[in-house]
Amino acid sequence: MVLWFRGPAKAKSLPLPLAGEGRGEGPERNEREAGDGKTMQPGSVYAIKEGKDRTEQHTLSILVDNEPGILARVIGLFSGRGYNIESLTVSETEHEKHRSRITVVTNGSPAVIEQIKAQLERMVLVHRVTDLTVTGRSIERELALIKVRGSGDARVEALRLADAFRARVIDATTESFVFELTGRTDKIDQFLLLMQPLGLVEVSRTGVAAIARGPEAM
Amino acid sequence: MTRQMTGAEMVVQALIDQGVEHIFGYPGGAVLPIYDEIFQQEKVQHILVRHEQGAGHAAEGYARSTGKVGVALVTSGPGATNMVTPLTDALMDSIPMVCITGQVATHLIGSDAFQECDTVGITRPSTKHNWLVKDVNDLGRILHEAFYVARSGRPGPVVVDIPKDVQFATGTYHGPQNVEHKTYHPQVRGDIGRIRAAVELMARAKKPVFYTGGGVVNSGPEATRLLRELVAATGFPVTSTLMGLGAYPASGENWLGMLGMHGTYEANNAMHDCDVMIAIGARFDDRITGRLDAFSPGSKKIHIDIDPSSINKNVRVDIGILGDVAHVLEDMLAIWKESGHKADEKALAGWWGEIDRWRARRSLAYRQSGETIMPQYAIQRLYEKTRDRKTFITTEVGQHQMWAAQFYGFEEPNRWMTSGGLGTMGYGLPAAIGAQTAHRDALVIDIAGDASILMNMQEMSTAVQHELPVKVFILNNQYMGMVRQWQQLLHGNRLSHSYTEALPDFVKLAEAYGGIGIRAEKASELDDAIDAMIAAKGPVLFDCRVANLANCFPMIPSGKAHNEMLLPEDATDAAIAEAIDAEGRALV
Ligand SMILES: Cc1ncc(C[n+]2csc(CCOP(=O)(O)OP(=O)(O)O)c2C)c(N)n1
Repeated sequence: MVLWFRGPAKAKSLPLPLAGEGRGEGPERNEREAGDGKTMQPGSVYAIKEGKDRTEQHTLSILVDNEPGILARVIGLFSGRGYNIESLTVSETEHEKHRSRITVVTNGSPAVIEQIKAQLERMVLVHRVTDLTVTGRSIERELALIKVRGSGDARVEALRLADAFRARVIDATTESFVFELTGRTDKIDQFLLLMQPLGLVEVSRTGVAAIARGPEAM
Repeated sequence: MTRQMTGAEMVVQALIDQGVEHIFGYPGGAVLPIYDEIFQQEKVQHILVRHEQGAGHAAEGYARSTGKVGVALVTSGPGATNMVTPLTDALMDSIPMVCITGQVATHLIGSDAFQECDTVGITRPSTKHNWLVKDVNDLGRILHEAFYVARSGRPGPVVVDIPKDVQFATGTYHGPQNVEHKTYHPQVRGDIGRIRAAVELMARAKKPVFYTGGGVVNSGPEATRLLRELVAATGFPVTSTLMGLGAYPASGENWLGMLGMHGTYEANNAMHDCDVMIAIGARFDDRITGRLDAFSPGSKKIHIDIDPSSINKNVRVDIGILGDVAHVLEDMLAIWKESGHKADEKALAGWWGEIDRWRARRSLAYRQSGETIMPQYAIQRLYEKTRDRKTFITTEVGQHQMWAAQFYGFEEPNRWMTSGGLGTMGYGLPAAIGAQTAHRDALVIDIAGDASILMNMQEMSTAVQHELPVKVFILNNQYMGMVRQWQQLLHGNRLSHSYTEALPDFVKLAEAYGGIGIRAEKASELDDAIDAMIAAKGPVLFDCRVANLANCFPMIPSGKAHNEMLLPEDATDAAIAEAIDAEGRALV
């Protein structure tokens, strides 16, 4: 089972893709300083002023026992406690051991991120939580299937850009293509933005899968 | 040990194997096979309640007064939904409870069958963990896992939802041996390096304070003993949350009284001005901290807790020690002794001097004059008359709860049961029934409010049936006093729906249930009436008519800091009306 959520689309200005994108990229740290950067305590009725905390994006890898209800528990934790889910993917990874891996991309102040990890760790069915953003050496990928409809110049341009992004054509009719594209989330976002005026009609994305570099397992 | 038996037999067998002697429940179609098994044995005694919420709180009271896991058994659909409040209550207050619910047969799940509800879905956020059992061969293991999860780490409620066909089916029963949980292994030993660092901080402290919570009680009698020893060894002052009362005795030399919104002036000021705070099994709840950005601004904070998510949640601490209170205190005490640490006597003497000046403000003062019974006086008399007995106190929620916490001196842990985190009106009477079930010979008193008691009044019938002589001591002010107090503070004294126009005659009501009704209206008749209540053999409703408009002080008004308490002598009408500013009004 694969499940994917996305938060509200972020309005970003996107640079054109680099040909070498996807190889050897370092860990991404998405830090944002909002307001005066003063740290506030999270989670109290007394912290009623708007949070002015720095927000960070983190990718968490959660190894769980694949019991019914575990996904609902994890999602319920995020919605019930008001944490953000930017992306969430789940799939069984070790069949005999009955284990699944949940990858969550979330954002929040450093204190909230710590709290999310602690909340996840104390769940009964959770084996291990790894913060791939903190460990610093991880690779993140997403796969997207993208349907573009058009003819004439737009169709040619779509194909040309797909080539530049190394997207594969996996279905075609005389008036449409379905592209398959793998890469980091921002690469896929960029491609979609470019396809918009060229007849983008439908997208299906897997959400982020992530793994640490090097020989060690989590 | 594996044996063949039906699912329903497994339920009873698992209870026996877990040493369960009493369960609280209410039958229905989806649990009839289990009830049939209960009928055919004698080891597990079933207490029939009058509403499933009562079963849940009774299990909580049972658990809290014994340190054991409380067990409730209810049917599917409405039986399960009626359990949601006690489950949430137990989750907030870390009470170990196993709740077994019946479910429609597996092939009917999802068909909107009669009395079907998504029990595991509904109770997921209200439980530490829950299970829907689909195969009878898993049932034994799951039941034993359920007990393990409920009592280990930070204790909490769990639900095991058992479809009716699984109760009828025959399979292999797995006993409690070799039930090792695959993923859940909470850390009990604290990190020695951190404990050492904490001890060093404590040794250098000039104005230290112990801030203890329900976690000390949950950790067990050993934690209480070690806490007392550590307090004696260091000479530091100690305060506690509502949930932690009794871990350190109220008669102890170093006791500051309860802290928090209705805590004492000395406890809250000590928290505000201290230089080293040692939080033990407490979770920095908003009722405790007051305004966070002004919470104990100058202190280094040590926090011992078994729940990793409690450390650094609301308040950043300097040394977080993850572990069980008893284990950590044992190491802490050993290190304190072996390294020959001594508290800074001179600094400590100065600190106690400051504390004595705060004490001199007598923040719990009230005036009892004439024949109108002041609620504080009623609790004080109740305390004096019951302190030398083995007494268990439960409460409902409201002013009476705070007065009970302020004026009843607890000397032992597990003697005080109250709904702290969720603040559930209707908790006290069923909780008292639970405590009385475990301690037949003890005196069990529910200190109640006139509004709260009506929320689970039907449980009087349970008490009468099972000959559980619980005493309900109602501080009857005819108001939802705590609501009225807030309306006075925040809403221009407009007392919207906080006056109960038509209260029942509690004496007649007691008699209608087959219990005993007692009323006291004058201060001069209070002592005799309390004596009569204590002497009564059966359940009692005691209608104690108290001053209608008394308010609960001292108080930290919403949005204020610990050192901005409203004291009783300052609480004039004008001060009350202005105590909370516009910003504070938005808070709860
Ligand atoms: C189930 C539930 N509903 C509502 C409340 C909100 N509430 C808190 S205290 C209170 C009034 C309690 O009145 P009473 O039992 O008479 O106690 P008093 O404050 O007068 O001592 C209310 C309604 C609650 N805590 N629990």
